Amino acid sequence: MEQLPQMRMHRPATAEEAVALHAEAAAARYLAGGSDLIVNVRRGIEQPEALIYLNGIGEMHEIAESDGGISMGGALTLRQLAENEILRRDYPAVAEAAGEVAGPSHREYGTLGGNLCLDTRCIYYNQSEWWRATNSYCLKHRGEICHVAPGGKKCFAAFSGDLAPALLLFDAEVELAGPDGRRRLPLAEMYRNDGLDHLTLAAGELLVAVHLPALPADVRSGYAKSRVRGSIDFPLAGAAVRLSVKDGALGDLRVALTGVGSWPFLVPGTEKFIGGPLDEETSAQLRELVRAKAKAMKTTTTAPHYRRRVAGVLAQRLAEGLATA
Amino acid sequence: MKTILSVTVNGQPRDDVVPDNMLLVDYLREKIGLTGTKVGCDGGECGACTVLIDGRPRHACLTLAATCQEARIDTVESLAHAGRLSAIQRGFHEKLGAQCGFCTPGMVMAAEGLLRQNPAPSEADIRSALAANICRCTGYVKIIEAVQAAARELAS
Repeated sequence: MEQLPQMRMHRPATAEEAVALHAEAAAARYLAGGSDLIVNVRRGIEQPEALIYLNGIGEMHEIAESDGGISMGGALTLRQLAENEILRRDYPAVAEAAGEVAGPSHREYGTLGGNLCLDTRCIYYNQSEWWRATNSYCLKHRGEICHVAPGGKKCFAAFSGDLAPALLLFDAEVELAGPDGRRRLPLAEMYRNDGLDHLTLAAGELLVAVHLPALPADVRSGYAKSRVRGSIDFPLAGAAVRLSVKDGALGDLRVALTGVGSWPFLVPGTEKFIGGPLDEETSAQLRELVRAKAKAMKTTTTAPHYRRRVAGVLAQRLAEGLATA
Repeated sequence: MKTILSVTVNGQPRDDVVPDNMLLVDYLREKIGLTGTKVGCDGGECGACTVLIDGRPRHACLTLAATCQEARIDTVESLAHAGRLSAIQRGFHEKLGAQCGFCTPGMVMAAEGLLRQNPAPSEADIRSALAANICRCTGYVKIIEAVQAAARELAS
């Protein structure tokens, strides 16, 4: 690990103050839990000169029901989300995803906003400075070529947050504070499929809160992931599924994936299963649909074809379990 | 670039001037001389640096000291009193929960955090609470027995 760079810590009391501090400082980064950022700073991937520490911003710690849905501050910890009664009851995929992030100690300080804005990951990127220097760096940081796909000019680093797919199931919106004031954005529009630049946020924009709308009463949901170390790890593939069943037929079906591309996304084409039963044949079709859309690349030590297969199987098992629950 | 840090470390209130880029583990080990807390992987993967911050386990190697303002920090040195081991330490000692001992301070503090929240944990609770701590020697069985022994002692 590298020596940490000289950094100045700022402690704003409001989101607006944080945004102003970010705009004034050179090379500033927002710091919440730091479970990912500090690792990247130590590896020389991030070299901020200023840290805007968000823990003192009261509204970012609040969680409350609103308009039948729920609003969650960006600095809530993953443990708080995993234990929240409203999420466990109405949006179980979100609580399950929060409870599946890393290990219990990480969940004490890793946050909602941090997990949603998590940097993309790759075996050629999340390495020490000397490792990356020895391997002539990579396209994502200081290098000329992508070692995953050397022929191209695209970075395939994988988005590996667990919460995003679960929140995508429910049409989550993010509340952003920026130099031009506040705005709300569908979570799906916060991402783009580009490992180099996967967030559409403007410079200095801060994720203050996430809002989930009210749900029909009969919606079921869940989240599952595959990982190298079962007790702690980023997803090799993660799947979130939402469905409802009425008179033996699917009234609703959504699948969202993480870890198998540079962004989390809702799998297109699941609506064709609505109106029919989820039986052996259709659940196998669902598995194949999800596998076809999971375009994992060689960004982990585990082979891409395995991650594609496992994405399909995770979605299939989740859907089968939820449909018969 | 520096912060006047007011914290309570192992029950003792302190004020120290710390650089903003100082990690909590360096503050504990280098500034205060509490070398019980270990640095293993440097990246949050091994849990050797686990300490309790306001009673909850966290990685001291990924926490900046300057973010611990007004916090209560407990390290492995807080457990024994006047040479007498605490229940969790005695559990690790008597059930052979330590071999090389490098992971032990982190393992003990993660277990201490669990027992403070849940004095009667199931085996599943123990496995789940220690999931972020790696031990390369014991195979975990003796560690789980150590925590169970401590829970029994606390209950009696």
